[in-house]
Amino acid sequence: MSKKDRMSGNEAVAYAIRQVNPDVMPAFPITPSTEIPQMVSSYIANGEMDTEFIPVESEHSSMSATVGAEAAGARSMTATSSCGLAFMWEELLVAASNRLPLVLALVNRTLSGPININCDHSDSMGARDTGWIQIYAENNQEAYDNFIQAFPIAEDSRVHLPVMVCQDGFITSHAVENILLEEDADVKEFVGEYHPEEFLLNPGKPVAVGPYAISAYSMEAKYNQEQAMIRSKEVIREVAAKFKEKFGRGFELFEQYRTEDADYIMLIIGSAAGTAKTAVDELRDNGMKAGVLKLRVFRPFPAEEIAEALKNCKAVAIMDRCESYNGHGGPLASEVTAALYMNRAEVEAVSYVYGLAGRDFTVETACGIFKELSEAAEGKKFAQHRYVGLRTRKGQ
Amino acid sequence: MRTDISNINEQSPCEDLTEGLMIFAGGTSADFKTGEWRTATPVFDSVKCKQCLLCTPVCPDGCIPVKDGKRDDFDMDHCKGCGICEKACPFGAITMKQGGM
Amino acid sequence: MSSKSIEIRWHGRGGQGAKTAALLLADVCFKTGAYVQGFPEYGPERMGAPITAFNRISDKEIRVHSNIYNPDLVIVVDESLLASVDVTAGLKTEGAIIVNTDKTADEVRQFLNGYEGRVYTVDARTISVEALGKYFPNSPMLAAAVAVSSVMDKESFIKEMRASYEHKFAKKPEVIDGNMKALTMTFDALEDQLSAASER
Repeated sequence: MSKKDRMSGNEAVAYAIRQVNPDVMPAFPITPSTEIPQMVSSYIANGEMDTEFIPVESEHSSMSATVGAEAAGARSMTATSSCGLAFMWEELLVAASNRLPLVLALVNRTLSGPININCDHSDSMGARDTGWIQIYAENNQEAYDNFIQAFPIAEDSRVHLPVMVCQDGFITSHAVENILLEEDADVKEFVGEYHPEEFLLNPGKPVAVGPYAISAYSMEAKYNQEQAMIRSKEVIREVAAKFKEKFGRGFELFEQYRTEDADYIMLIIGSAAGTAKTAVDELRDNGMKAGVLKLRVFRPFPAEEIAEALKNCKAVAIMDRCESYNGHGGPLASEVTAALYMNRAEVEAVSYVYGLAGRDFTVETACGIFKELSEAAEGKKFAQHRYVGLRTRKGQ
Repeated sequence: MRTDISNINEQSPCEDLTEGLMIFAGGTSADFKTGEWRTATPVFDSVKCKQCLLCTPVCPDGCIPVKDGKRDDFDMDHCKGCGICEKACPFGAITMKQGGM
Repeated sequence: MSSKSIEIRWHGRGGQGAKTAALLLADVCFKTGAYVQGFPEYGPERMGAPITAFNRISDKEIRVHSNIYNPDLVIVVDESLLASVDVTAGLKTEGAIIVNTDKTADEVRQFLNGYEGRVYTVDARTISVEALGKYFPNSPMLAAAVAVSSVMDKESFIKEMRASYEHKFAKKPEVIDGNMKALTMTFDALEDQLSAASER
């Protein structure tokens, strides 16, 4: 039986960690994810779980220790944000290329500079090509549900890749909201026991993890890693289907909100998707056929599926909570427009950068973007790489 | 997942490689005969040798085996002929000769 | 928002418990079966710096994740903020503001940038000192928020808060009654102001 409760996003993830009770959790605190290791430590101190918690001296060490523990055969995880993720960089690639199914609870926060503690996606988007599966949450419920699904996805023998479970710093991590929690036993049963086939602390079955590879082997290894990422798509769907069967809440690679007949679609990630849905409801009441495509899984990138979902609309706003500094759009815009082109879907597309470093994204902002989309579809010419919510001398 | 890695070589297709290039065996360096690389070869004179064992720890490739407290002859399968043992020997019991032999 | 939704903005100073009050309000409203949000606006805050916190309370699922710019209710936990913060910015005329002060509503109104809606005052310091022996504006302002917004009726609020305090102060039972007293004193203090407003 699901239990109605209310808690913050950080509390929800810590609660899920307690239920999963992983073997090892090395962590180093950083705002806004600090509460996660803090709450887990309390659970351990209170005897409610028996995870081996390792207080380390940096995030480079927390990810190194997580990699080491996972390779040794322990179900392992850590949590971080922002510069902490940046400091893990090298180890993120090691985790993925060594095919270690560990899990990282990421609470999204902007990267310096300017130094700032608030939300945007520059941390996880910066790590988008490290070989990790990335799943994003709109609210606390999804942060909880995605975390529970992370281990079965990562540990599936077709995948064996690390999973980053992302939620928006402060916006969901520190906001108390309603949530449905599942019974400990049900969560444990869903996640299952971890029995790796090959691991370091396995007497009589020696194995070397992460050996040097000469060029004759490296390219094949990277290709194989990419194949695992491609296979993870079906595993993510299967795990979501099992989750729905057990707990009743369904998930896809992306959610389509009122897009079936939509002329204008906003493609967006994370907590702002809820705000965009509210805008869509208002606009629909006023006669505009608006919709939201909320991307849940950014890695693997569902390129074909997105092109298929967008091909019949008149215009799409691709929303990046992150700058690429490339002069023509954020990472999501780059990947979505490439997906549209590769799949021969000719749709008017506008790239928007929004919400950097905690800049608020409101229903009004979303409505303004839909208005611009309708103008773009009618042929009005304007820059297709735009900022929203920015102060300029000319105004918006 | 555990496969016989001795079947894997530089011509193996990607499908035949192990996940993350994991090596499912221990001590595999013994199978790799670095002795082929040698262009100079140490020659051991057991008469001059006082069994001080200074040569054993300095060998980068562990090619001077010790048995019952005494050093044995070189492991020529793996000796790369670097000559460090010759420099370390106080008694002239090791001499480097040109050639791989 | 629908008629059964309310948006609240709290103004306080770091360390005074405005954020905690917002989370407590979310907590107590949740217990009545409502959908709730309680969240602070975060920055490099220190003790004493002006801070803002928010609540959305609704009978429908809440999907919006933005700050609140047109609140139905504003609660000012520290009177000195009136001089530096535009506390009535965006506040709906049909809404209300509650200020923690020993002044009357009419005396406070002149500091509210011409706000024409309902103004209530609560002397949280006097109430808190009398009920608890110390100045914690949290409980009185929380009670005032419930009294003015009618997000729940007084009886269920009092019942839920007692349960909440009994849980929170399990090891300090002596403060439970004091906090409960602060709540009821606030309701009593607001009674005249509320009935006057409904007669208007």
